[in-house]
Amino acid sequence: MELDALILSRLQFAFVVAFHIMFPAFTIGLASFLAVCEALWLKTKRDVFLKLYLHWVKIFALAFAMGVVSGVVMSYQFGTNWSVFSDKAGSVIGPLLGYEVLTAFFLEATFLGVMLFGWKRVGPRLHFIATCAVAIGTTISAFWILSANSWMQTPAGYAIDAEGKFYATDWLEVIFNPSFPSRFVHMMLAAYITTAAVVMAAGAVQVLRDRVTQPTRYQMRMAAGTLALLMPLQIWAGHWSGEVAHHHQPAKIAAMEGWWETADKQGTILFGIPDEEAETTRLKLEIPNTSDYLFAGGDELRGLKDFPKEDRPPVFITFWAFRIMVGAGLGLLAIGWWGLWLWRKDRIQSPGLFHWLAVPGGALGFIAVISGWVTAEVGRQPYTVYGALRTEDSVAPVVVGQVGASLLIFMIVYAIVFTAGVVYMGRIATRGFDDQPAGPPEKERRAPGSPLGSVDEPAETAEDEA
Amino acid sequence: MDLPLIWAGLIAIAVMLYVLLDGFDLGVGMLCHFADDEEERSMMTAAIEPVWDGNETWLVLGGGGLFAAFPLAYAILMPAFYLPVIIMLAALIFRGVAFEFRHKAVRKTTKRFWNGAFAGGSFAAAAMQGLILGAFVQGVTVEGRAYGGGPFDWLTPFSVMTALSVVTGYVLLGSSWLILKTEGATQEGARKWARRALLGATLAMAAVSLATLSIDPRVTERWGVSMTAIDFAKFIKVAPVPIVTAALIAWLWRDIVMKPEKSPDWRPYLLSAGVFLTGYLGLAVSLFPYNVPFAKTIWETAARDNALGLMLVGAAVMLPVILIYTGYVYSLFWGKVKPGDGYHG
Repeated sequence: MELDALILSRLQFAFVVAFHIMFPAFTIGLASFLAVCEALWLKTKRDVFLKLYLHWVKIFALAFAMGVVSGVVMSYQFGTNWSVFSDKAGSVIGPLLGYEVLTAFFLEATFLGVMLFGWKRVGPRLHFIATCAVAIGTTISAFWILSANSWMQTPAGYAIDAEGKFYATDWLEVIFNPSFPSRFVHMMLAAYITTAAVVMAAGAVQVLRDRVTQPTRYQMRMAAGTLALLMPLQIWAGHWSGEVAHHHQPAKIAAMEGWWETADKQGTILFGIPDEEAETTRLKLEIPNTSDYLFAGGDELRGLKDFPKEDRPPVFITFWAFRIMVGAGLGLLAIGWWGLWLWRKDRIQSPGLFHWLAVPGGALGFIAVISGWVTAEVGRQPYTVYGALRTEDSVAPVVVGQVGASLLIFMIVYAIVFTAGVVYMGRIATRGFDDQPAGPPEKERRAPGSPLGSVDEPAETAEDEA
Repeated sequence: MDLPLIWAGLIAIAVMLYVLLDGFDLGVGMLCHFADDEEERSMMTAAIEPVWDGNETWLVLGGGGLFAAFPLAYAILMPAFYLPVIIMLAALIFRGVAFEFRHKAVRKTTKRFWNGAFAGGSFAAAAMQGLILGAFVQGVTVEGRAYGGGPFDWLTPFSVMTALSVVTGYVLLGSSWLILKTEGATQEGARKWARRALLGATLAMAAVSLATLSIDPRVTERWGVSMTAIDFAKFIKVAPVPIVTAALIAWLWRDIVMKPEKSPDWRPYLLSAGVFLTGYLGLAVSLFPYNVPFAKTIWETAARDNALGLMLVGAAVMLPVILIYTGYVYSLFWGKVKPGDGYHG
């Protein structure tokens, strides 16, 4: 009974948080992209940047709304399903989340109103400030949530009282805990890369549909440049993150790498099937003795057998989630560099194999983000606060039927909302910049003096109605 | 410094602001179901679109603040209200995305679905908040440091009554917001709904108030009022709360029922907010100092002083800033909504 509520609560948390993270990952990047477009428009007065802004802000509004509503869910999950964790770790984690609400959420939510509806009410400069406020808000939000999560990965600056409750002894050590800097950088880069991949994919669809206009070319160049520049940085940030985990969470690294035996030198396993019963990785394709390149310092590299069975994370999931993330990342690197090369050859707007690959490539960022988080979170098991509080000791005393019902509710609601959101966003994103809305204009759409008046158009077209 | 007391006050203010601000959003959302046509519905949503997102953030501050400042209360209350909280969140998801999605659909069926999700989600969220309020006021069973009751303890005749109060109260807030933000036929329709909602909310609030007095001896003691006797020495100290409430309701009655032509458009909303405020104060009088009625007090459930202190620094700096820019954005969108104001991304 207890175990069932535990497993269902874990599934539910994994489900709602994986659903949620896609939207912040996308909107953090998109907010910055919009700020850049608006800045370029203000500076150069070139129409192309305003067109890009007005096009992508529609998608931003949708993604942001989905991020907000799925985020409200998160702020209650800790209590509904992880109440013992909340009681025990609340005095450390709570203030970090409190600061997130106070410094980020209000900023984003309030200035989003100005960003979407304020064109007629404020001048272009003030409007630009509103866009920047939203972009900064998303970044501050990532700062606090990564700090809170990193503290759960590598807790520092705390003590535990007689009742088993955590409390902070040094707030700076709590906030800037060992894994926070690398993981914050890794996540911010992931957000920019995810957005760039989506922008590239949307451009590629327009190319394939022969709907290329000037903004299409610009957005593809900007996306290619971003991917080509940031992906190498991201590989470095990921490596940095791995170094930190190597020092603080060696069991996680052993599970990610599929290492069972402790040795001075380990290999890199490209493919394999970790078998937790037999304590070995089967069918492995391995490049031996490569660990010197991964982890400097030459210290001993611990294998999973070095840890008691009850302290090991689930190996199969951690191992494969890590490989999926790396694979997706390499795909994004390829899209970036290939795109850059096509840009140089001035062929980024001519349909080709690149465009056919870049379209599904738009999903790679999301795949990398989710599988990366799965690696981090499953690799942290069997703890919620690494080494200090076990997951099984964190769960709320709710009965299994309730958790089953709530999980079902979330799955149905998210399936409907996600499907509709993706369809609507996809329709807007892939539409060419000079396409007129096909629906019958019911009234004068352009409000006087309002560039946003032209935004008033349905995502579905007359063809869809047939 | 009594940090738990300060934080109890701050969270109470956050929840109050949520109720006053998202209350009108949810009220307008419910009223959208009764809009004459799509154009009127768009006018109604345009009256709340620029601000709803910020308004809902007060709910996040309420939940996040409770977690941060009173982790034990959060840890007991959330499992106690598990299902209504989950359903409220699902309802808020539907109404939140429907703001955007209803503009994206042109097919009649999908448009109708998202319009329904908007009004239905607003109603369900309001109803669940009312049930949670009732379940909170009637008291929570606690064992040790955890919720000790059953999965459906929150569903009682009392909580149904509070749900009715919250739903009618939100309709009152929503319709008086529309009186402020719209003109012509839409405003007339809002006046009609304000009259109905005022009647319903008055009756429901009165019933809840009377029932609250007999819910726990400590509440009876605080007010000095029971079903059979009144202890005037005690009652006189807290009497201003019901007296001011009654006066505000009477004034509101005059403004929206008797002489609507003499009432400035901003006053009904302000008076409705005042009614909510005094009702809320009444609850605070009844329940203080419990934040898990009637089992744990704010001091028993508070986080460590160093956590409360750190957050107080943040709140002291950030809350005024938040209130200033929120006020600025409200003033930016001041005035009647006009056709074409709506953003239809």
